[in-house]
Amino acid sequence: MNTLSENVLSGIDYASISRKNRSRDIIFASLGIFVLFIAITTLVALFLDLAMRGAPRLADPDFYTSFPSRRPLDAGILSAWVGTIMVMVVTAVVAVPLGVAAGLYLEEYAKKNWFTDVIEINVSNLAGVPSIVYGLLALGLFVQTFGMGETVLVAGLVLALLILPIIIVSTREAIRSIPSELREAAYGLGANQWQTMSMYIIPAAKPGIITGAIVGLSRAIGETAPIITIGALSFIAFLPQSPITGDFPFISFEWLNSGFTVMPIQMFGWVSRPQADFQITAAAAGVVLIIMTLAMNALAIYIRYRARKS
Amino acid sequence: MANSNPARPESSGLQVSPHFLRKREMVNQSARYVLMAAAAVSVLVTIGIVYVLLSEALVFFEEVSVWEFVSGTSWTPMFSVPTFGIWPLLSGTIVVSGIALAVSIPFGLVLSVYLSEYAPDNVRETVKPILELLEGVPTVVYGYFALLLVTPMLQLFLPGLPGFNMLAPGLVMGIMILPYTTSLSEDAMRAVPNSMREGAYALGYSRFHTATRVVIPAAMSGITAAFILAMSRAVGETMVVAIAAGQMPNFTFNPMEGAATITTFIVQVSLGDVSHGSIAYLSIFAAGMVLFLLTLVFNLIGFFLRKRYRQAY
Amino acid sequence: MSANEMATNRIGQPARMRAQSERPSETREHWYLEPEGTLRARVSNLKFWYGDGTQAIDDVSMPLVDKQVTALIGPSGCGKSTFLRCFNRMHDLYQGVKYSGSIKLLPEDENLIDLDPNIVRMRVGMVFQKPNPFPKSIYENVIAGLKIRGISKRGVLDEIVETSLRQAALWDEVKDRLDQPALSMSGGQQQRLCIARALAVQPEILLLDEPTSALDPIATAKIEDLINQLSGKVTVLIVTHNMQQAARISNYTSYMYLGKLIEYNETDSLFTRPMCQRTEDYITGRFG
Repeated sequence: MNTLSENVLSGIDYASISRKNRSRDIIFASLGIFVLFIAITTLVALFLDLAMRGAPRLADPDFYTSFPSRRPLDAGILSAWVGTIMVMVVTAVVAVPLGVAAGLYLEEYAKKNWFTDVIEINVSNLAGVPSIVYGLLALGLFVQTFGMGETVLVAGLVLALLILPIIIVSTREAIRSIPSELREAAYGLGANQWQTMSMYIIPAAKPGIITGAIVGLSRAIGETAPIITIGALSFIAFLPQSPITGDFPFISFEWLNSGFTVMPIQMFGWVSRPQADFQITAAAAGVVLIIMTLAMNALAIYIRYRARKS
Repeated sequence: MANSNPARPESSGLQVSPHFLRKREMVNQSARYVLMAAAAVSVLVTIGIVYVLLSEALVFFEEVSVWEFVSGTSWTPMFSVPTFGIWPLLSGTIVVSGIALAVSIPFGLVLSVYLSEYAPDNVRETVKPILELLEGVPTVVYGYFALLLVTPMLQLFLPGLPGFNMLAPGLVMGIMILPYTTSLSEDAMRAVPNSMREGAYALGYSRFHTATRVVIPAAMSGITAAFILAMSRAVGETMVVAIAAGQMPNFTFNPMEGAATITTFIVQVSLGDVSHGSIAYLSIFAAGMVLFLLTLVFNLIGFFLRKRYRQAY
Repeated sequence: MSANEMATNRIGQPARMRAQSERPSETREHWYLEPEGTLRARVSNLKFWYGDGTQAIDDVSMPLVDKQVTALIGPSGCGKSTFLRCFNRMHDLYQGVKYSGSIKLLPEDENLIDLDPNIVRMRVGMVFQKPNPFPKSIYENVIAGLKIRGISKRGVLDEIVETSLRQAALWDEVKDRLDQPALSMSGGQQQRLCIARALAVQPEILLLDEPTSALDPIATAKIEDLINQLSGKVTVLIVTHNMQQAARISNYTSYMYLGKLIEYNETDSLFTRPMCQRTEDYITGRFG
């Protein structure tokens, strides 16, 4: 019926086209594997190098129990890891409830109106605001305007604000992945909205929410820039007051107002020193820092994996 | 017999106390307001950022003309006669993020096509968590790599390369944001419905043709969003450049030189002993304002492009 | 047709039982007609397993008559779509699938299970349940298959676009807006565009996988008309969930159940004088 095209199509050598297709596919797949290989080996090589350089300090138990020092081989990370834990406690206590509540509101309560749109664009933008800008916020507002100083509390707060979008987004995703049957079953029993949320939706979304919270906190552990901006020092030779005291009421919140340093600041301080021995100390601190964040991320991935399996 | 118990007529079920219902409704309403307040906090954060940047920057611009700021090519806030032209900081930011994107965009595109269209399921299931793990490595560690490992390595090939330069942090940052770029654009490609892929394969398309002629065009807005968000991240990245690029403002586009970026300038001032209210102190808020506006533009473009591809399918 | 006779023997049930007087038997499990026309393909003892090990096709044998429409009917989950997708090796996109038996293309006598899937798909076209045009212009969609076969002369492409769109009964509706995005068309038009896209490369066999299940009755009627037009020109294998549709558009019909072929017959005979009890139960709605 269509002579011209009939001729064109009957002359096609499918075998040769297919051969060409296949070789192109193989070339591209090899390229993909090559890029993957390059990226992963580069990083593995860098991490191994870091670990090897830091090994002498990592093997020394005093490294974990000493304060920083002018002498590189005596310098330790005691104040840094204690500070990191304290700051993280503040961050978690502030960011997790706030983020989960905001995520729950946006996913389940918010009506489709301009206010919701504004919050949504806002959260998405906050996720992309450079961390150092959060540092400026804390410097201008908490440190200068409120006069709170360079304390554990301020650091915890700024990191909490920084990871808020991460927790909001992951909470929303966790809730979205719950089948609507569960929701309908709860409403069908006569539960009202809050009962449905608190008794069915939040428990079902828990693995996803916990995963998001851990990922957010692991991001906060490694953040350096906003902490520098609020004026934290890397040379801190004391520990904040213990939260548990010998006197009544046995609990103290003095540590919130204490000066502090954290792991990434400590490492940054050592990297900036010209003496080669400090670079060894910095490498050792880097290894500890990487292990902290990787362990948290791995835990998050594991929780999600287990939740997906069941 | 059926009417002998008037308290429970046949048609009524369980009795619920009105007191309980009232309380239940009160809890329901208060929960709603508490949650809404939490969501509003995120807006307060933005308002706080804008307020702080704007109020300090306005004081700054009382002393420095806006024109000098946006057109000047010299940035010397600590000199006795300070100059405040933003261009040296901008040029550093542009060069370093340009190198980072030159690494991360092609690599990210190849990797995401490979993961989404070629890789067997088990490879993808192994690689994606690894990429996520890498996303979590603190940036200060990458700064260490750039300064103490990559720069010395580059100096073997480029003998004239100074210890502080923009090339090494740019390259390292490119690798650093690769997982982010890859997973965002892979998400965009996975969002292309499988029916479209099957349609292409059914016509005799190879994997390569399916990827380049059907999947990538269909996922274009999402892929663009991925690269724009990567750009935003590169521009705002602080520690890698603060450690490895030097902190001297330098109006140059030569990656072999060291230079300060907007972010490293803020770090430098924060580390120093600058009194509250001084012009140098105020200048970090003006610089922060520029940074915020730049990333705001990128983030908004990224947001709307992503929204578009999510609505499309 | 000596090839056909040989193939008949391979099936093992040379169905010379075409005697019109014969009544369906309560005990007959399967029944195959040996059709008289030229064959385009013959399926012999085809079995198919998905990646998770479930067997979806169990020992199916049937012929495919050249330039005729053959319909596959059966309850959902009976394997008819799975069977159809063996013809262009669509399953090979997913991991761990396994075939045994053969689908021989005739007269070349090539088993398409042994061929490169990419070659098979260049020769066998397919249209899916839901219209899946590419997010490009109408014109670009029709020539999508031609471009990757190295055909790029504008004049040739223009001609093929027009003939294909005419064959798909879409030309008059879209001839003035070929550069418009395909996704701006209605669902029925999109599906006809997908048919045009498949026809443009002149497939040896055209597979249609419930092509009207996502369409409204008017769009469905247009597609059915178009399939009727194709009868006599293109070899069509169509899966349909709708028995009336099979009766309206096909020359031959296969009834499948639980991965097995129960009956293959001329469409008229299958619907008026089914040879197996199970076929009769299904077409009369007494299916249990």
